[in-house]
Amino acid sequence: MTSSQGESATREAAAALTGVETTARSVEEAAHEPATGITGAQSLVRSLEAIGVDVVFGIPGGAILPLYDPLFDSKVRHVLVRHEQGAGHAATGYAQATGRVGVCMATSGPGATNLVTPLADAYMDSVPIVAITGQVPSGAIGTDAFQEADIRGITMPITKHNFLVTDAADIPQRIAEAFHLASTGRPGPVLVDVPKDVLQATTNFSWPPRIDLPGYRPTTRPHGKQVREAAAMIAGASRPVLYVGGGVLKAGATEELAELAALTGAPVVTTLMARGAFPDSDPQHLGMPGMHGTVAAVTALQKSDVLVALGARFDDRVTGELASFAPDALVVHADIDPAEIGKNRKADVPIVGDAKETIAQLVTALQAEHAAGRTPDLAAWWTQLDGWRDRYPLGYDEPEDGALSPQYVIERLGAIAGPDAIYTSGVGQHQMWAAQFIRYEKPGTWLNSGGLGTMGYAVPAAMGAKQGMPDTTVWAIDGDGCFQMTNQELATCAIEGIPIKVAVINNGNLGMVRQWQTLFYEGRYSSTKLHAQNADGTPKPVRIPDFVALAEALGCVGLRCESRDDVDAVIEKAMAITDAPVVIDFVVGSDAQVWPMVAAGASNDDILAARDVRPVFGEGQV
Amino acid sequence: MPRHTLSVLVENKSGVLARVSALFSRRAFNIESLAVGPTENPGLSRMTIVVEADASPLEQITKQLNKLIEVIKIVELETGAAVQRELLLVKVRAPLAERTQVLQTAELFRARVIDVNPETVTLEATGTPDKLQALLAVLAPLGIKEMAQSGTVALGRGPRSMSGTGTLRPVERTA
Repeated sequence: MTSSQGESATREAAAALTGVETTARSVEEAAHEPATGITGAQSLVRSLEAIGVDVVFGIPGGAILPLYDPLFDSKVRHVLVRHEQGAGHAATGYAQATGRVGVCMATSGPGATNLVTPLADAYMDSVPIVAITGQVPSGAIGTDAFQEADIRGITMPITKHNFLVTDAADIPQRIAEAFHLASTGRPGPVLVDVPKDVLQATTNFSWPPRIDLPGYRPTTRPHGKQVREAAAMIAGASRPVLYVGGGVLKAGATEELAELAALTGAPVVTTLMARGAFPDSDPQHLGMPGMHGTVAAVTALQKSDVLVALGARFDDRVTGELASFAPDALVVHADIDPAEIGKNRKADVPIVGDAKETIAQLVTALQAEHAAGRTPDLAAWWTQLDGWRDRYPLGYDEPEDGALSPQYVIERLGAIAGPDAIYTSGVGQHQMWAAQFIRYEKPGTWLNSGGLGTMGYAVPAAMGAKQGMPDTTVWAIDGDGCFQMTNQELATCAIEGIPIKVAVINNGNLGMVRQWQTLFYEGRYSSTKLHAQNADGTPKPVRIPDFVALAEALGCVGLRCESRDDVDAVIEKAMAITDAPVVIDFVVGSDAQVWPMVAAGASNDDILAARDVRPVFGEGQV
Repeated sequence: MPRHTLSVLVENKSGVLARVSALFSRRAFNIESLAVGPTENPGLSRMTIVVEADASPLEQITKQLNKLIEVIKIVELETGAAVQRELLLVKVRAPLAERTQVLQTAELFRARVIDVNPETVTLEATGTPDKLQALLAVLAPLGIKEMAQSGTVALGRGPRSMSGTGTLRPVERTA
């Protein structure tokens, strides 16, 4: 190719691009243009366009039918899911992977109530999603009309806020307010319920609308004095720990966190909601704290003298028995939600503010402390930390019966798919192993249901994440129990062209419940066996369901792996398939357990590194 | 546990009362009394909420209330610095032979007679919860047929107003 040809090709490409841009801009402008004599439904679709929504997950039905007509012509993509729960989790997965607001849609009554679980899930994990539901016509509200449910009343305790739109003229304002509420302050789900007659009414549209929320003023800027006090406390600490929660990811504060960690030299622990906020490869990272956290992370919290909680909420799964949690620690607690501060653990230095701004200011204040010669010596602390880390690393035993080890599968998956892939999980043993044995290096690469613990989250969340990040490999790591709750969304993925990958960690049981039955109920496996069994409880040699056949029936590629030797090859085969969803049925042993473990309600001091293995911490050293 | 009176200005919109009361039950807080009514601003309603709580749960209650989008402002009205009143309507058995005693009691408590018939007298009394308690104690032996009592309503003393700018000390939004 000569240089002139090259130039001309570039020019053509540039011209083509310009054309695309111009078209995109004109569509956008059209969305912002005022309109008169349109329907409420048209106004709602224009509002979504104006706000920049690119995808909505949903299912139509009677009450919301008017909205689907203008949606048919819109540039907003609608992904037709198979169950509204899938729409809600997809919106959550989209939001967690992209940082943008996820949107789901459902009709009145059962459509709306099927959104309850994902809304509660997003509320617990502070995920910005907006749910739009159809409602029976205004005049029929309260009459027990067909497909009527008081979804506003039902979702009051599980949404950040919700609206019932009573006048079509209010639609742009309510939609703008919903997105504003969902995405600012402590993020969360917002529901907008729109009666059918409001969607059908004639109205006018103008953008941007006025946002009128006089009672909503989230504090994002931290108090300077508090920040300086925190910095002084950190500078004076001899056993500090940075306790990092999901708020750091929500605020996009990972760069600031890296700076703070480097400056303080303090150990970092990342909660289940914060995996990926700090690179696992960083030697300052002790891993995940909590019920199934690393011995080093749990013990570091317990023995710390200054605990710096950043966007974390002292959840019971992290603290264990609250009264004996980090007994000697002074607490700096930074959170955007003032109600979190002091809720479970008294804060010695409370800081209300956005994590990004707070951590940045902490860095500045700490630099001043260091400049004044107050630099702590953490050498003795690191000797202890390294001792715990070396003596009690994360690990697992291979099953004695020669069965495939689930931890090995997950470890290999993480190694092969790498730190650029996005991983979602369901809830249970596979979730904990995925949090433990995959090394996360980047924000937004680990999506799971932390607070609510929603089984069935993985597949639809992966669908949403893949839709939002189409060029990224997205793996759903699921248990066979979870997978049977929401796998119908694989049909959506196959038809809509959303090629996610699913690793079913198939142990034939509700594994985490089984583990508790093993440990605390004398091995009485009440209702935890998912596999077909004989009268004596032994498994029948039949696969119900056959996940490979099921995957194929849902339009996916189905693969199976039953031996350690095949693990890498099957994962690589799945990685090579990019034009269809893939499901791998990893048939694993049923007796693997998640360790370390702090039993529910027990003190973190009583962590067991493995079954019957109580770590020796060398109390005398602290 | 100490008793606290919270004066809460909220947007005058449907569903706000449900949000507030549901918040209390969801977070396992007990409401002693709750009164809602209009304010000088048609866009706002005032809820006067009396709770029995120690300092730490009280702080959590106010923080959670503050998170409700439609809550504009919360002030704790401390007993000495606020006037507090309740309204009591009480129907007392009052046959002619005992009527004088009922009426004398009413006078003593500055209660008004608002309905009379040969068998009963209905009294209206306002006052602090303590005063109304005392009135009921005196009337009880005479025979209370029926009663209705409002929740506490309260305003801070002095010239300042809660809806004005930065006048009364608001319960801290931040910790």
